[in-house]
Amino acid sequence: MSAQDLDGGSDAEADGSGEQPKPHTIRLELVDEPGQLLAALKPISDNGGNLLSIFHERGSLTPRGHIPVEVDLECPPDRFERIVEALRDAGVNVIRAGAEHFGEEVMVILVGDIVDSDLSDTLHRIESSADATLQDLSLSAREGTDEASSARLRLAVRSGRVDETLSVVRDLAAEKELHVVEPLAEGSQ
Amino acid sequence: MSLRLAVLGAGAVGGSVLDLAGDYGHDVVAFADSSSSAVDPAGLDPSAVHDRKEREGVVGDADPEAVFDADYDVLVEATPTTLGDAEPGFSHVERALGDDRHVVLANKGPVAERYADLRALEAESAGTVQFEAAVGGAIPVLSTISDLGAPHVTAARGVLNGTANFILSRMAAEGLDYEHVLAEAQDLGVAEADPTFDVDGIDAALKFVILANVLSDGKTEYALDDAEVEGIRNVPGTALDLAAEDGRTVRLIGEATADGVRVAPRLVPQGSALSVTGTQNIVQLETKHAGQLNISGRGAGGPETATAVLSDVSRLE
Repeated sequence: MSAQDLDGGSDAEADGSGEQPKPHTIRLELVDEPGQLLAALKPISDNGGNLLSIFHERGSLTPRGHIPVEVDLECPPDRFERIVEALRDAGVNVIRAGAEHFGEEVMVILVGDIVDSDLSDTLHRIESSADATLQDLSLSAREGTDEASSARLRLAVRSGRVDETLSVVRDLAAEKELHVVEPLAEGSQ
Repeated sequence: MSLRLAVLGAGAVGGSVLDLAGDYGHDVVAFADSSSSAVDPAGLDPSAVHDRKEREGVVGDADPEAVFDADYDVLVEATPTTLGDAEPGFSHVERALGDDRHVVLANKGPVAERYADLRALEAESAGTVQFEAAVGGAIPVLSTISDLGAPHVTAARGVLNGTANFILSRMAAEGLDYEHVLAEAQDLGVAEADPTFDVDGIDAALKFVILANVLSDGKTEYALDDAEVEGIRNVPGTALDLAAEDGRTVRLIGEATADGVRVAPRLVPQGSALSVTGTQNIVQLETKHAGQLNISGRGAGGPETATAVLSDVSRLE
């Protein structure tokens, strides 16, 4: 089954919803019986979801003996609830579903003239070109000092796209004369 | 076996080698600073040499060149690190290897900037080159890599500049700004009057370039120009505040990986192995079959670095 077969993008346009598809992650628990995975994916494609990846670790079982599966999919925001509902109607055990949950989380700190460099433009461009979602933002400036101000960005990034996201952030920062404090790569701490 | 050492460089490291060699069963038979030298085939008396240096500004009556004519087994090169052609350190090494003597380097220049040239000279010589002291002071980084075998180590990461680490950890702990902590570090002797080498990441980068050369095992040669280097001058207190709010902190982290060499301020979890404080250093080796190894300790200082030099000397016995 290729992602193309499940493409729901054209449906969304026909609906006139017009909103860009967004990535979502759904975590399922399947009973260890033949055909369960296929049955779980059908409601997703039937409702306009475009499958991006399925993570299914063979041999890994939950304490109840179920098989945990993580599904990354893309769909217009207004379709997501419908997909989750359809899954539940089909008897699939949905453990967690959210537009907020991406595969990985990345934190970066930007340093410099944060406000004058048009922060909202920076954030918008990170979200659009890096395929990341801003989860939270904190700003810090110390009054009465010459110190540069800083912004901490927590970004949700699709699995395997961390390097790409960081490189978008780096390029943007260079363009706006900001400095980036990047996290050290996963697994090296 | 007692070896005869010729020491070039009368700074903190060279001076400590002179003091501690006896403790390791070796004799320093020649000792030079930039303008003079002292030579004694029976072994120099450390306190007499130090006294003269303090009193008269010279270590002995002879010309620095006289060191090479002395009857020595190992040249200890502890002159200041220079970039580019790594001179005059490189010529000192060339001369000793040309005479089939061993060389122990504390000077980072020749191994960071001219690694292939150095190895080529070594291949022609009966002498060998050791340089544990050039990376991480007393921390046995290179000997650990050599024990593991370079092909079994996929990456090295860590904190290898005590000055930058002192500044960042004190800024974070006390909420002070960079200029204030730098001035403090200079008063304490932790930072030099010109802190460029340390705070701009050059010193750390040289060490990670050396690690990259060792890890690549001669396949790729690295020099400082190949490294991506960013120092700590652009890390304000506000960035450390924001990092701390989220259980993290900022450290000047170096990396030598298959992708090359990079030194930059990075976010690391508070309390993690790499978030060492003060002048402490740490190196984390990623191995193919045995996970991560962390080695930490004092990465600079006269007696600490001399300890690494003398361990290298002992390996030559």
